Amino acid sequence: MADLALEARGLRKDFGDTAAVRDLSLSVPRGEIFGFLGPNGAGKTTSMKMLLGLVRPTSGSGRLLGAALGAPAGRARVGYLPEHFAFHEWLEARELLRFHARLLGLSRRGLDTHVTELLVRVGLGEAGHRRVRDYSKGMKQRLGLAQALLGEPQLVFLDEPTSGLDPLGRRLVRDVIRELRAAGTTVFLNSHLLSEVEVTCDRVVFVKDGRVVREMALGVADRDLEVELRLERTSPEVLAALARFGRDLREDGAFVRLRVDGEEHLPEMTRWLAAQGIGLYHLAARRPSLEDLFLEVIGDVPVVG
Amino acid sequence: MSPSSGEPPPRVAARVPGVLRAALTIGHLTFTDARRKRLLAAALILGVAFVAVFAIGLHFIARDARARMAPTQQGFTLGFVVMAALYAANFLIVMTSVLVAVDTLAGEIGSGVAEALCTKPIPRAAVALGKWLGCWTLLLLYSLVLCGGVLLVARLVGRYTPPHAVLGVTLLLLEGTILLTLALAGGTRLSTVANGVSVFGLFGLAFIGGWLEQIGTLTGNATARYIGISASLLVPSEALWQLAAHHMQPPIMRDINLTPFSPASVPSPAMVAWAVGYLLLVLAAAVRLFERRDL
Repeated sequence: MADLALEARGLRKDFGDTAAVRDLSLSVPRGEIFGFLGPNGAGKTTSMKMLLGLVRPTSGSGRLLGAALGAPAGRARVGYLPEHFAFHEWLEARELLRFHARLLGLSRRGLDTHVTELLVRVGLGEAGHRRVRDYSKGMKQRLGLAQALLGEPQLVFLDEPTSGLDPLGRRLVRDVIRELRAAGTTVFLNSHLLSEVEVTCDRVVFVKDGRVVREMALGVADRDLEVELRLERTSPEVLAALARFGRDLREDGAFVRLRVDGEEHLPEMTRWLAAQGIGLYHLAARRPSLEDLFLEVIGDVPVVG
Repeated sequence: MSPSSGEPPPRVAARVPGVLRAALTIGHLTFTDARRKRLLAAALILGVAFVAVFAIGLHFIARDARARMAPTQQGFTLGFVVMAALYAANFLIVMTSVLVAVDTLAGEIGSGVAEALCTKPIPRAAVALGKWLGCWTLLLLYSLVLCGGVLLVARLVGRYTPPHAVLGVTLLLLEGTILLTLALAGGTRLSTVANGVSVFGLFGLAFIGGWLEQIGTLTGNATARYIGISASLLVPSEALWQLAAHHMQPPIMRDINLTPFSPASVPSPAMVAWAVGYLLLVLAAAVRLFERRDL
């Protein structure tokens, strides 16, 4: 598994008697756009902070771009946009980016051009000489994004990157993620905006009570499908046989519904029905939205924070 | 994001910044931030005002003294006034030492600024040491303006230079440095206000300890003296002022032993060694505490 950008094995974090993260294990291959989903209080931010070396795990281990978690060297090619981006607000935006670049070890050569390009990229081309304290919330968020892209990182962590952004800003974040994907950069995205995750991520995991409860690719072929059938006749035996193609089979009036984990099951099902001589009047397959899946996986959880 | 000019895009340097380079960058950042917040300007302008008020006062006192007093009495008077100014400067240095450092880690941990710094490829130690360096540079400038100003005015206006001036100012700077470092260490775990209250509380312990030591010595009460010395070991700030005051006053004042600036019990040079060791210990503790802090 040499080509993992990120790996976690059994990470756990206790704060006093409370376990914020119980058992986090995940692997993110290089170049993947990875979505990290879960309800409030599921331990997402603490998990992210453990991966970035901000929080010391109580137990477990992991690697960030090949280096052990917490080792400074692993963070050399990592960009991070915290959920609430805060910085020395009395500095001008350009100055702030230059200080960050120095801490990343970027050479001075070409740095001015790089900083200008990043500011233009996030729509702050004209505001580089203004003090950060005079920025609006959305501008600060954009500046935070520019900061996370300094030095062309190989892995970018984005914690709720669109919070505080207007539709134009959200579009910008989406475009930036697309560009990062094209450049082969790995993105670790934590967002509540499932519609956005759905269009940007290759794969997602759902986190609940401090552990990964479900992992799912968002590609077209290997995605869960909700299938609806109307059959000439049904019987408990037919239903039991159909249930083998998927799960969550249920009868709903004239319809039979079930969930299958890939579209290759559809022809298998129709062949089986034909072989049994059961007429098929209606077959519809629909990809459930990420929001449906989220509610299904996470279920009813009390709001913790 | 392709470069528009012929200049190649910057690449991450082959090696990440070492502790020293990273600490210097954080120090520069801390200093620049304080400058932008007008902390430096406020300290320096009011420091200069302090020196100016002293200069005007000294001018009139010195003119009177020269007209009416015998040379010995003149020396005593000028020595006393300069010691009073240095005592005020000492107090300001103590306050400023705590104020510049009280929020530098505590505030940035609270606001989340520390997160953006500590996810860079630099050790936490570099952040803590850089913060210390930036704050200490401010303290150094401030102390030089205050003490240098008082000494310069004493020389130009009063034609008087206290003995062992360089040693005395160094001891005052050491005192300020210790309090600054305590505030930095406290800021790794406490909120800004709790941190400030704690460090001033420690300063208060040392202060009352210093007085107990002096009064215990004058009245021959060994217990009071030991309590005082113990407090000085716990926080060696006041002892450093006592030692600085002892060295910077004219021998005649020291011998009369009746002014508030003449310690009856002079801290030993071992106290200076303890203070330096103490400073290094507190700095090491600040680094360690910050390294282990979840952000």
